[in-house]
Amino acid sequence: MHILAFLIRRLFQAVIVMLIISIIGFSIQDQLGDPLRELVGQSVSEAEREALRDRMGLNDPFWTQYLRFLGNALGGDLGTSYFFKKPALEVILAKFPATFELVLGATFLFVSASIPGGIYCAIRPRAWLARFIMAGSIIGLSIPIFLTAIFLIWIFAVELGVMPSFGRGETVTLPWGWRTGFLTRDGLLHLVLPSISLAAIMLPLFIRLIRAEMIETLSTEYVRFAWAKGLAARRVWFVHAFRNTLLPVVTVGGLQIGTLIAYTILTETVFQWPGMGFMFLEAVKRVDTPLIIAYIIVVGMIFVIVNTIVDLVYTLINPMVKLPGAQG
Amino acid sequence: MALLEVRGLEVAFPQGPRDEALALRGVDLDLDPGERLGVVGESGAGKSMLAFAILNLISEPGRIRAGSIRFDGRNLLTLPPAEIRNIRGNRIAMIFQDPMMTLNPVLTIGRQMVETLQAHRRIGWAEARKLSIERLGQVAIPTPESRFDSYPHELSGGLRQRVVIAIALLTDPEIIIADEPTTALDVTIQAEIMALILRLCRDHRVGLILITHDLGVVAEVTERLMIMYAGKVVEEGSTRQLIEHPGHPYTRGLLAALPQRVARGQTLNQIPGTMPGIADLPAGCAYHPRCERAIAGCHINIPVLEAHGSRRISCFRPLLAGAEA
Ligand SMILES: Nc1ncnc2c1ncn2[C@@H]1O[C@H](COP(=O)(O)OP(=O)(O)OP(=O)(O)O)[C@@H](O)[C@H]1O
Ligand SMILES: [Mg+2]
Repeated sequence: MHILAFLIRRLFQAVIVMLIISIIGFSIQDQLGDPLRELVGQSVSEAEREALRDRMGLNDPFWTQYLRFLGNALGGDLGTSYFFKKPALEVILAKFPATFELVLGATFLFVSASIPGGIYCAIRPRAWLARFIMAGSIIGLSIPIFLTAIFLIWIFAVELGVMPSFGRGETVTLPWGWRTGFLTRDGLLHLVLPSISLAAIMLPLFIRLIRAEMIETLSTEYVRFAWAKGLAARRVWFVHAFRNTLLPVVTVGGLQIGTLIAYTILTETVFQWPGMGFMFLEAVKRVDTPLIIAYIIVVGMIFVIVNTIVDLVYTLINPMVKLPGAQG
Repeated sequence: MALLEVRGLEVAFPQGPRDEALALRGVDLDLDPGERLGVVGESGAGKSMLAFAILNLISEPGRIRAGSIRFDGRNLLTLPPAEIRNIRGNRIAMIFQDPMMTLNPVLTIGRQMVETLQAHRRIGWAEARKLSIERLGQVAIPTPESRFDSYPHELSGGLRQRVVIAIALLTDPEIIIADEPTTALDVTIQAEIMALILRLCRDHRVGLILITHDLGVVAEVTERLMIMYAGKVVEEGSTRQLIEHPGHPYTRGLLAALPQRVARGQTLNQIPGTMPGIADLPAGCAYHPRCERAIAGCHINIPVLEAHGSRRISCFRPLLAGAEA
């Protein structure tokens, strides 16, 4: 029951967020380029253009146009890409699997490295390896992603020649149209360098976050009590301290999803990864307005969904919060 | 030989790059099996330091600089980690001050009990659960079966402290160290919890080290008393003797400040001044700036704990019948 109340509340919030995003998206369409230029040639006279504008409703007031845009969007129609001559949503969704798999690969890498790294730095703060990791993380925070990417390409693709440097490689199309690179050796190999580059942005941040929260938890009374009960060090660290460390890490980590998505644009561009980010930059260059808006709306939606999941996870691991909006 | 025998214990904290300040300045303590000892002193005297040092649990940046802690003949300070762990929470258990902070908020009461048992015995979940519920019943927790699956935040402060006491009792320890077990609780349940601790220790012949600010509580529960001031023991003897005839001016000062001792309408006789911090101890006896009996020598020399009959006092001018000027 709690879950249901929670989901209804979140759905309501999501609708509001999406409405705001759609207004922003629509304003961009209003400002960016002239749709007529894309539709008709130079030869059409000014009078004819004006007539066309009227017919297309481009002279209607802002809100009338917005509501029409919204109506279409609700029907899944975000306009037609000028460049691809296909529905913008369809173009975007075809690129979604590539981005999703890149983010998944990067997340897997930075989560599986930052948890042991952060815990280690918290429980052995004086060890030389911990100092090395902490110093490295400061440097890591300040290295721009394209530098990491180019460096990786230079070493592994150019010098050693063991890793492909661009594209997704061989993919397999799953029954529901999802093209995955996870199922072939070539696809996985192509994923390595882009994932590392993207993970390298999040890793220092998460190591420092986990370390700081873990140190805080280790100094609490209940951890002292756990020691006083004679529990083994492993149990004190991982069961008593780390579980409580997870709570703030999940919250702050959830907010970083935005950073991660933003950086997919750069990563995909450097590695010519055929995902939404790469496509977005191309669309900007071509002033392909419908595609730009479709990107913004799809990314906004991903955002809302991911944040809901993060909130759900948080409530599941923290017995002290009842799901917000639920009674009793 | 006593069950627990602490000698010359020093706990140091770094002060600046090379210096150290002492939170404990050579503390001795003896506890016989089943004996109940009170440790009393104002805030900052080093009472909690003593408690944690006994289990070798002083956390960074503090360290035990000198001394020995013999329990059952073995020095806990030189024991390998696995063996000291076998004593912590098993043969010497601890009860902390604030039950709101002592229990882990994300684990059920049951898990926190069972893990304690499993750390010290080869015992399955079902049996550990049965024993835990039995202990919860012993500390008078209503419906222990359902409390077993509760999270700490679902219980009141008084109930949580009962749970902590039940955890301390799980493994039938020989000694319980209770660090101000009632100060964080509602006044109305303080006496209840204290009575519970006393009854359990008596019934099971468990030794008790009861740390408190409150001489009133200690008088009812303990047999022997240790008065601490600025990291040192200033007086030690039987509870009755110390309360009826305090030997150290500080002990007398603490007694005079007790609300029960003050006749109606009279103001409380707090000892003037405050205890010095560990980094700025005065020369000589640390108590001399507040002492109404201080003489010239008190500013220069540090008194040592000396036997006066069955008790020990660390003072150049103790309050002893006959020794009075
Ligand atoms: N991390 C630390 N660094 C420096 N000094 C410390 C540190 N922790 C505690 N101390 C000092 O050690 C002394 C003893 O502290 P302790 O907690 O044992 O006092 P206490 O007698 O238990 O007081 P209370 O009644 O307030 O619990 C205090 O003067 C305190 O300031
Ligand atoms: Mg204390």
